Amino acid sequence: MNVLPAFGEKIKLYWPLTKSMQTGLLLSTGLAGFMTARCPVMHWYAFIGLVISLYLAIAGSTIINMWFDRDIDARMTRTCTRPLASGQIAPNQALRLGLTLSVIGIGLAVVMKPSYGLIVFAGLFFDVVVYTIWLKRRSAWSIVWGGIAGAMPILAGRVLGMGHLDAIGILLALAVVFWIPTHILTFAMRNYQDYQSIGIPSFASVYGFKLTRAIIAFSSLIAAFSIATAGIMIGIQIGFLRVLVVMSTGLLVLTFSSIIHPSDRINFGLFKYASVYMLTAMILLAV
Amino acid sequence: MDGYNEVEKLSVFDRILLFLTGFLAAYQIAIGIDHFSKIPIIAYTIGFGILLLAGLLIIILGFEVLDNPIVVIISSAIPLSLSLGLVWEFLIAFRIIYLVFIIVGYLAIMATRILPIKNSLPVIVVAVFHGVAGLIIFILPEVLVFSGQTGPIFSLVGFGGALIGIGGLLLVMLRAGKSLLSRQTIFRILPILLLLMTAFLVLGFSAI
Repeated sequence: MNVLPAFGEKIKLYWPLTKSMQTGLLLSTGLAGFMTARCPVMHWYAFIGLVISLYLAIAGSTIINMWFDRDIDARMTRTCTRPLASGQIAPNQALRLGLTLSVIGIGLAVVMKPSYGLIVFAGLFFDVVVYTIWLKRRSAWSIVWGGIAGAMPILAGRVLGMGHLDAIGILLALAVVFWIPTHILTFAMRNYQDYQSIGIPSFASVYGFKLTRAIIAFSSLIAAFSIATAGIMIGIQIGFLRVLVVMSTGLLVLTFSSIIHPSDRINFGLFKYASVYMLTAMILLAV
Repeated sequence: MDGYNEVEKLSVFDRILLFLTGFLAAYQIAIGIDHFSKIPIIAYTIGFGILLLAGLLIIILGFEVLDNPIVVIISSAIPLSLSLGLVWEFLIAFRIIYLVFIIVGYLAIMATRILPIKNSLPVIVVAVFHGVAGLIIFILPEVLVFSGQTGPIFSLVGFGGALIGIGGLLLVMLRAGKSLLSRQTIFRILPILLLLMTAFLVLGFSAI
């Protein structure tokens, strides 16, 4: 009789491990990548398979990351209440769950299409092994690998839709690679003290806030240009392209405002706007 | 200070209104202006684009974003661009002269807002150019409707124009510190005002 409430409690406890907002945003890029292929017939099996495999692989890698970072999470005010850092979930259980979701996700992806599975696996490998385990605690440049990992879902979706790797897929991936610094560096600047206190190198701590803001502006510019170019190459409707241009203008206005009048409010506003921008861009590319 | 921030905090209702404003503006940019010629499309994209970004940025940054001096410069582009679109479509003989007027006006607004001018020139410049543009958006649609050149729904563009005028006036007075309404009241009605003006404009433009 008590099985359902107990299961509900379990889900409630484990759900934060998947970082649902971040996972959802990455999943949306994968869906957009798939839908940009403009298949004449909607393949529902492929679509649902994409959703399940990508979600499991992204959520799995996120859980493994959180398992690995539980020691530093426990030392930061912002993250110390996370289920693993606060000891609500045993590390082994979390690792088992993360590995299980990852294996099922990648396995399903390989069965659907080996090239798609390979890219999903690459995303997980770059995220967990290269970014989190190898570089995150050693170099501020780890963000580049974080960006490459973040670009894999959109590339995977495109490859699944097209059946092969193409220039548009690479351009879309490039857009995400250059969007990631806007997302991560603004966040790292907002939580500068936290990262400093545990000795995680960030661009702001190594190169200073001024250069970090310039890098954010530069990468935003390239990201906006790449998405617009990809949109034109895909052949999105002219009206949607206009909306994309307006949204890109907003992104650039905020990034350059953060250089001219730096403030925490603008910085955090840019962080939030960047997520809205990416989600909107994905919807516009996909429709 | 806490009370001050509390008053300016966006409610869920405000967020919904602003989201709808942004959504309507995005719809208009994406779908509602395809049948116009090049200059009006650019003009309307700028006007509705600013409404879209205004909705999003107020949701993200809060009402405090309106304290930024750049707001007057950016918000002035709404009536200027929308009126340019209307003149280009319906007052063909005045196209070029009005385009020049808009460019000169916008440059003048930018210059008087950026340069450290202490007298009343910045307010006069905004009043002249914003005023003329606002009157065109308000009156021209009504004239076109009464003369039978457009359907009656097009008169909603005029109502939208009137609301732009009211919104612009409130923001300018707020910045000048001579507001008739309190800061809290302005922020309470602003999301509704933005949504109404956008809705009127979108509905009005659907008639042509």
